[in-house]
Amino acid sequence: MDGSPAGTTQDSALAEKAEEVEDPAAIAARDQAWTEGLMAVRAGMVGNRWVRLLRWLVLGVVIVVLLLMARNIATHSQPLAYFLQTIVYGLGSGSLYALIALGYTMVYGIIELINFAHADVVTFGGFISLSVVTAFGFKEGVVNGPLILLALVPITAGTMLVCGLLNITIERVAYRPLRNAPRVSPLITAAGMSFVLEGLMFLWKGPVNNHYPDLIPTGQLTLIGTTVRIKDAVVVVLALLLVLALDTFVTKSKLGKAMRATAQDRDAASLMGIDINRTIAATFFIGAVLAGFAGTMYGLYFGNIVFDLGFATGLVAFTAAVLGGIGNIRGAALGGLCIGMFEAFWNSYFVSAWTQVMIFVILTLVLLFRPAGLLGMRVPDRT
Amino acid sequence: MSSATVARPRPGPRRGRIRIGRFTLNLRDRDTVIYLALAIGALAFPTVADFVTGGAGGSIVLLAADAGVYVLLALGLNVVVGFAGLLDLGYAAFFAIGAYTYALMASGALFHTPLHHAIHIPFWLLLVVGVMIAATAGALLGAPTLRLRGDYLAIVTLGFGEIVPRVFRNAGDWTGGINGLSALDNPVLPYWVDGPWAGVGEQFGIVKDLIFSVANPTAWYVLMLILVGISVVMLNNLRKSRLGRAWMAIREDETAAQAMGINTVSTKLLAFAMGAATSGFAGCFYGAKLSLVSPENFQFQVSITILVMIVLGGMGSMPGVIVGSLTVYLILFKILPDAPNQVHSLLATTGFTAIDQPTGDWPGLGEFVSRLKFLLFGLILVTTMLLRPGGLIPSRAEIDVERAAKETSALGLEGAQG
Repeated sequence: MDGSPAGTTQDSALAEKAEEVEDPAAIAARDQAWTEGLMAVRAGMVGNRWVRLLRWLVLGVVIVVLLLMARNIATHSQPLAYFLQTIVYGLGSGSLYALIALGYTMVYGIIELINFAHADVVTFGGFISLSVVTAFGFKEGVVNGPLILLALVPITAGTMLVCGLLNITIERVAYRPLRNAPRVSPLITAAGMSFVLEGLMFLWKGPVNNHYPDLIPTGQLTLIGTTVRIKDAVVVVLALLLVLALDTFVTKSKLGKAMRATAQDRDAASLMGIDINRTIAATFFIGAVLAGFAGTMYGLYFGNIVFDLGFATGLVAFTAAVLGGIGNIRGAALGGLCIGMFEAFWNSYFVSAWTQVMIFVILTLVLLFRPAGLLGMRVPDRT
Repeated sequence: MSSATVARPRPGPRRGRIRIGRFTLNLRDRDTVIYLALAIGALAFPTVADFVTGGAGGSIVLLAADAGVYVLLALGLNVVVGFAGLLDLGYAAFFAIGAYTYALMASGALFHTPLHHAIHIPFWLLLVVGVMIAATAGALLGAPTLRLRGDYLAIVTLGFGEIVPRVFRNAGDWTGGINGLSALDNPVLPYWVDGPWAGVGEQFGIVKDLIFSVANPTAWYVLMLILVGISVVMLNNLRKSRLGRAWMAIREDETAAQAMGINTVSTKLLAFAMGAATSGFAGCFYGAKLSLVSPENFQFQVSITILVMIVLGGMGSMPGVIVGSLTVYLILFKILPDAPNQVHSLLATTGFTAIDQPTGDWPGLGEFVSRLKFLLFGLILVTTMLLRPGGLIPSRAEIDVERAAKETSALGLEGAQG
């Protein structure tokens, strides 16, 4: 802070006087108070008796629902077996949701965009592997035993690669040009991209439900009346391994570090010599690789696949990402498992027609009361 | 600035202006010209349709009345997305709420519910009720999310749009479940509309001509024109009002708007409520005209169709939105459904019927063309956003921003705006 650049003594005296009146420290303090006040207003922390009341109300409703669920669980005719079976189903679909949620969370973490097209990339992966599988004539029972792995591993790997390239293309064509556009533009483009993919798949396979051959060797283990099929185990173990690998990659590798830096502050990362475009493209690639895997696994696990699968699944997976804390990889995995579990339990013990509604209610409640999610480090900007 | 006065031209009738009483039409203003052209086209449409089709224009006029439903919806969504800059991906939910309001309150439906008492409120009253209920629903949905950033609003509205039809489908006791509600009342004009000179029980003139039934498409068409006209005038005034300017301030920079003393939460809530209100109009009309309301009519596709309409036409530009919605409606409900038959006959006359036969995954060319809908939606959204973000007829603000950007870059000041 140097003095005023004034030439005459009178001017400098005036400047001094002005400085006396407007003490920089006071200005800074006032600015800070103003900023804090503004932030407090924006965060909605001022005068919220009703929000607090609503919070207790919601908590009460949640407790009542949990009690009802506990009653239903306890009064079932085969309480333990049914309960454990539900857990098995929940783990299976939950790990698929976790894989899809990872793609949402990574992209949101780095460029703060809800990539609506992500779940359609998943479906696309399923379609690609399905057409390869049918092109080679694999069916249930034709090739059995461990031999099928020789076919499935390259097919899945190829699908993952194709999905990755597809997502990079999408990012390059549709999202990158709009990176500095008004907020609403990339969102609309993302919704449009989702429809482009759905449209392509609709043209490709039509509106029918496509049967996906059950290629994973059949076989099951029965414990206390609970069946665990091989495919349950395969899906859960592979998903877990992928999540661990991704987590290690992001925390340990150089590219992972670049990703985290870009997510924190894009401009600063760029000044540190990180190639932003490459890092973002890599993020999209990795997300889509997981999507390709999830799509193939979805087909193998549930046995059918339809062109607009991504719509409902995407909504659930995004809820999982928000529940776990958006931008957080472990959070997405945890959120996926939680949502899968919730879905399985609701389907088993309540009316399945309301499952989607309940998942949406969860999304709204999380956004209302804990926008940072379960493990969140990033609070979605309150604006 | 000192009070230096610049010699201004005297206010008075200038070239290109038509004065009708208090109103002045500026023929040099782009929007005025478009509105005028649309109004003239809309008034002439039934006659022209009858003339072109040789007296069988009824179905086209009926189709045009349905197009009006989408114009209303697009105008409403434009308030939320175009004016206030909040992306709403579940707008069909409010449409559904409006339509179900009409269906429950103007039919025998409530007799079969636990209420055991049918309600038959006249259409004209229900228009107001539907608007109010839809607006309340809009405000209620907006409330939990408005303190979050726009992206979250998008996903929550997406969820809401998915959930509302599901709730209507699941709550079968009240809403007829998957079959929906049918046999809804038709609007009836009261006798006194004709004036006291019409004898008791006698009808002539307006009441006789405007009987709302499938056989009389003009009645629906006229009603729809009136509804669209009311909405356009109201929304246009709203756009120019203090509230409208607050919406646009929020769209451009929410923090700055807040610093200027705009209550962002209530302003955004009002955007949601006003946007939803128009869909209440549309819902009532839709229910009355179709005489059937079912959860399948309010799927996500409807929401995305409306979004495509406003994005194509130009977000925030009301004439653009009207033109965009009419264009998309024409493609979606006239050209695409007709396409398979056109292709069939074209291939039959040219002898290439082989590519029209379904084999394997190939559904035949005609069917293939009709399946282009989703792809078309996506391509319209993506290419418009990338190539012409202002849409076909950009709003004035958009033009100003572009011009300013051009001037800034001409001065070599790009660095200054970052």
